Amino acid sequence: MVKKIENVGCPFCGVCCDDLVVTVSDDGKKILEVENACVIGSTVFHRAMSERHTLPRLRQPDGTYKEISYDEAIDYAARVLHNAKKPLIYGFGSTNCEGMAAAAKVAEKAGAVIDNCASICHGSSFLAIFDNGYPSCTLGEVKNRADVIVYWGANPAHAHPRHMSRYSIFPRGFFTGKGHTGRKIVVIDPRHTDTAQMADIHLQVKQGHDYDLFNAFRTVARGHDIPAEVAGVKREDIIEVVDIMKKARFGTIFYGMGLCHSDGRNHNVDIAISLTRDLNDFTKWTIMAMRGHYNITGPGVVWSWQYGFPYCLDLTKRDIAHMNPGETSSVDLAMREEVDAFFNVGTDAAAHFPIEPVKRLRKHPWITVDPHPNMATEISDLHIPVGIVGVEVPGIVYRMDNVPVQYRNVIDPPEGVPSDEELFERIYERLCELEAEDAAKAPAKAVPEGIRAGE
Amino acid sequence: MKTVTLTLAKSPELYIEGQNITPDQFAGKKAAEIASLDVWEGKLKGPLGNYFTVEGDGGATAGETKIVLRGDCTRVKRIGQQMTAGEIVVEGNADMYIGGWMKGGKIHVKGNVDSFCGIGMEGGELIIDGDAGHHLGSSPRGEWRGMQGGLIRVAGNAGNDTATFINGGTIIIGGDADIHISTHGEGGTVIVKGDAKGRVGGQMVKGNIYVYGTIENPLPGFKLVGEVEQEVDGETARFAHHIGDLGERHPVSKGKTVYANLYTRI
Repeated sequence: MVKKIENVGCPFCGVCCDDLVVTVSDDGKKILEVENACVIGSTVFHRAMSERHTLPRLRQPDGTYKEISYDEAIDYAARVLHNAKKPLIYGFGSTNCEGMAAAAKVAEKAGAVIDNCASICHGSSFLAIFDNGYPSCTLGEVKNRADVIVYWGANPAHAHPRHMSRYSIFPRGFFTGKGHTGRKIVVIDPRHTDTAQMADIHLQVKQGHDYDLFNAFRTVARGHDIPAEVAGVKREDIIEVVDIMKKARFGTIFYGMGLCHSDGRNHNVDIAISLTRDLNDFTKWTIMAMRGHYNITGPGVVWSWQYGFPYCLDLTKRDIAHMNPGETSSVDLAMREEVDAFFNVGTDAAAHFPIEPVKRLRKHPWITVDPHPNMATEISDLHIPVGIVGVEVPGIVYRMDNVPVQYRNVIDPPEGVPSDEELFERIYERLCELEAEDAAKAPAKAVPEGIRAGE
Repeated sequence: MKTVTLTLAKSPELYIEGQNITPDQFAGKKAAEIASLDVWEGKLKGPLGNYFTVEGDGGATAGETKIVLRGDCTRVKRIGQQMTAGEIVVEGNADMYIGGWMKGGKIHVKGNVDSFCGIGMEGGELIIDGDAGHHLGSSPRGEWRGMQGGLIRVAGNAGNDTATFINGGTIIIGGDADIHISTHGEGGTVIVKGDAKGRVGGQMVKGNIYVYGTIENPLPGFKLVGEVEQEVDGETARFAHHIGDLGERHPVSKGKTVYANLYTRI
């Protein structure tokens, strides 16, 4: 008898759909069908059964991979971290909060820099939020209240396929019973995307000039005049959209990589937050980052709780956490050749980073922790396979609106394959052993740690 | 004034964090004691003497101590961080955070510096003969009270995000500046003698910006109000006077709204 599991969370994008129905075979080992998910979400489940490795693989002198035991792999990983002067642990887009907490424990022990995918994604949003606050809400509030939606530099039709149907454009909520007919949709994007196709108004901003356009919006909102054209958009169109925004009952700006990854980065988000604050003089407006992976919000929450900073954490001083993107962010560290070992966890840095930092990181030991082979595993010194969170491993994940969701597993991981959390706990234990070995070799200390003899 | 000369003997494999290279730390110390001060390379803490040869003793106070750095300090961070008095001369290039959170004294870098130099500065003088990187005289991340005072003078070009959240003090850039000057500014003066790329004075509340060259993409929130003649950095010139950022909040003083001023040279 096949088993139908209801209300399963989807381990793909930041929308974290929790209404999936997954049918598994009667032995509980195969996923037969996935209902309600988008095509990408459904692929995550189906792909769980193909291209899997059940043992870590170590690069040999001839360039090939050889399978080794988990104990050997954990020893290798711990030694790399222990011997490096400044190792970098990066990734965590696709794992659970338990795994992130365990990895941070390892980073602190090893004196490493720990960073997550936000570093090349919504990290600039964090910087803007530090500077200017975050007048946000939950997706439930958007669904039930919002009558004006602005997508700025975001294309959910492709990147968050069910965002529009579950929360923004189409759903009928408590105060939004008319569904999409009662909502105004504004899309601001240099390209005529599939999301723009669904908009009532599409403003085609000149690429890289979002800041200027926001500045014009704010100037108009305060009743001042602006030039006839700003950032490729006509004055009348800007005035029309500002008017719609002021007359909304409840509005939300969803923004994506168009702001975070064009010139100015954090300042684009910063001024978007300022605009949201301005609009609250007239009516209720909120703003939300379109976070990418299903649990990329997680490391920000977990590490902020552990160390006070969400990403780019320099823990090399161990008892002092330092964060300054531009210096402690992964790509900058790699470009400046500031790190001497690389740990890629639950992401694919080889595919996502520009080629130059990848080349520079590759001069040093590179370890990849990922369930599947990807570009990073193909250039790694060591690949450690782990269970897939949301499919084989349960755990807490944070949705794009900072709401925690408990994910569950629908099948078990291949025999002997640990979760990220188990793996990092074992690396931590091995690191402690290596430190104890070193301490045993060193001369006895007569003074407490941190104070040199003679002081 | 006594001079301590540090010569980089061994280049680090990564970067050296030299927050102890300040007149405040060197004051009252003999050369051997200075050589035993801590510097960091990644997670390794070691004495300064591992990397530098130290000649000369520190003065009795920070104000009586001068530090000269020789050799290629391109991979040395945080020189003169939080210094309150005295003098530092870097003969070549230096890395990040030079003169960060500086309160007094003088730093003269004869080469280029990287990003975050003079961030959170409160006083003193930071002179750079070459180019500066990004976030020059900016506020540290999340800090809404940026540069409070002091003078930063860069002969060459500056990167982006100059003087974010500036509250006071003066920054003079001899060359061009990239995007974002005095973003969120609440005071202070920035003078760009070359061209500015754009986003000059975005979200700015108070303060002054002078641009001698052209602004490639001026912001719509600034409005031309007239022409003025002013003396800037020792020379008098005519400027077009713009006020803004009209999209931002502005305080009212004696019944008049206070705007930020942007002057472009005519």
